[in-house]
Amino acid sequence: MTIAEPMIQVTADTPRLEEMQVIYQRPEAITETYTHYCPGCTHGIIHRLVGEVIDELGVRERTIGVSPVGCAVFAYQYFNTDGCEAAHGRAPAMATGIKRAMPDKVVFTYQGDGDLASIGGNEILHACARGENLTVVFVNNAVYGMTGGQMAPTTLPGMVTTSSPYGRDAKLQGNPIHITEMLAMMPGVAYAVRRSMHSVAEIRKTKKAIKLAFEAQLKGLGLGIVEVLSSCPTNWRLAPSESLNFIRDEMIPVYPLGDFKIHDELKKRR
Amino acid sequence: MTKQLWEGNEALAEAALRAGAEAYFGYPITPQTELLEYMSHRMPELGLAFLQAESELASINMVYGAATLGVRALTSSSSPGISLMQEGMSYIAASEVPAVIIDVMRGGPGLGNIQPSQGDYFQMVKTVGHGDYHAIVLAPSTIQEAIDLMYDSFELAFKYRTLVTILADGSLGQMMEPVEMPPFKEWPEERPNWALTGAAGREPRTISSLYLGAERLEILNLRLQEKLAEIEANEVRYETMMTDDAEFLVVAFGTVGRIAQSAVRQARANGIKAGLFRPITLWPFAKRELDAVIGKVRGVLVVEMNAGQMLEDVRAIAKGRVPVQFTGRMGGTIPLPDDILPALDTLIASVRSRNGNKPEPALARELNLMEK
Repeated sequence: MTIAEPMIQVTADTPRLEEMQVIYQRPEAITETYTHYCPGCTHGIIHRLVGEVIDELGVRERTIGVSPVGCAVFAYQYFNTDGCEAAHGRAPAMATGIKRAMPDKVVFTYQGDGDLASIGGNEILHACARGENLTVVFVNNAVYGMTGGQMAPTTLPGMVTTSSPYGRDAKLQGNPIHITEMLAMMPGVAYAVRRSMHSVAEIRKTKKAIKLAFEAQLKGLGLGIVEVLSSCPTNWRLAPSESLNFIRDEMIPVYPLGDFKIHDELKKRR
Repeated sequence: MTKQLWEGNEALAEAALRAGAEAYFGYPITPQTELLEYMSHRMPELGLAFLQAESELASINMVYGAATLGVRALTSSSSPGISLMQEGMSYIAASEVPAVIIDVMRGGPGLGNIQPSQGDYFQMVKTVGHGDYHAIVLAPSTIQEAIDLMYDSFELAFKYRTLVTILADGSLGQMMEPVEMPPFKEWPEERPNWALTGAAGREPRTISSLYLGAERLEILNLRLQEKLAEIEANEVRYETMMTDDAEFLVVAFGTVGRIAQSAVRQARANGIKAGLFRPITLWPFAKRELDAVIGKVRGVLVVEMNAGQMLEDVRAIAKGRVPVQFTGRMGGTIPLPDDILPALDTLIASVRSRNGNKPEPALARELNLMEK
């Protein structure tokens, strides 16, 4: 795939290349390609944040990413690191195998809510119980995106999806699962927070959190998980901007943002 | 080297380490638990990665993860646990990473029991996960052979970037025999050129089993089939006993293959020209070799510790040329010579009546002696 050259009108006033200062560029840890994500989806930005963090920590050349099954199934194509693709929900187990066999590698999983909170509930639970030195980026958009917007364990009460056409009824379909709060209870978890992608300010906070989750791993403190509330305009049937409002107005009341666990060693760092 | 007395499960564990295993992930299940227990003290002693996983689902995916690094990783389990691992085995096969899995079979279906069985023939030889592929299946009949096959398993797995399985059963796992343990194998320090080692000074590598686009997935499948054909051409192993002049052939694998040796010797002592064909690799199966032997005999008896699973393969090879009959025990019961010899008599009787001879006496063995 080739990327089109930017259309820049060069005039007499245009500074020469060597006079220009780079203030923003693609992180080295992100590959130069298009993603398959839908317009308005925040997966791309979350990828970028992970890429920036990997660059800033200088660990790209020893990082191995583990992709999930779900919308981020191709994440290994977008990170300019070694990567592999796990079976549905098994990324924490696969990452455990990698980290245990080569503890000097920096290993992260990037998982959606169906992958991590539903089919992979046991794998993430026990990776946390063991305190594996892993970083987990947990993207929660309250639906199964890849398969077309079915109800997830994280779907909001009353939310209409393609498999809860009358709205999620807690009596029939259960309640939303607050996985990050649950995992934060475990001694093996060094860092567990929830962030959101609905505004620039929140995106910046998300990046800081992802960095701390990687630092927890580098310091050998245990598992770091960042749950990121993310938009799904396609399956929510909302415009991109409306999707961001949906996160703010509908998701955050159910999934409050916050720090559920921060290891003392990381508090110093903050 | 002097022989030492080893339990089957522990011998398999030590042999895996001698073969170069670097990482083990497992979950307790009878009758293979001693293997996990042995690894839990021996691997830390050797500075290797041992982890008791939360489930067989997790342990196979931990093996998958370690295998992507080019690390020699293995797991062990027994039948119900192997059922759970089939998802991961399919991903490993599609990703073409090497891994070794030991199945110490027990009685099924369901929770079954903890006695020996060969009920996993279908699931290991035919359907080890979804999709078109086979694992190399090695079926030892003694603890020494289990050690020797285990010793070769990582080389096979890395040579072909494939799954290698050791198909043992509860009796092999639990019994003790005097054996010779081989020395520790030397492996190069450098990882293979496909391994995920971190993209330092090179392009990133990815390992995935996802191939969107029918043509791309078909290309992968064609490549896998080519590889399987290469394995079939190179890696068939089997053993024969007294087949040169045999009229009646017993086919059996693993523990039953060993018991069948006694039955064949007894049959010979009774004047029956019996022989034994024992496949050692269940996949690739010794098709050509068995075909040649069947071409020279008058009847075949397949003996298994199941309801007749390998039987289907033997019948396909016999192509109706001679009768292929079956005897077996299930539920964790082991077929003994006392089960095999009457079945052999029945086979001989039916062959003779098929050939237009007058009806046989109840015991063909006696007739055979009378004829002499």
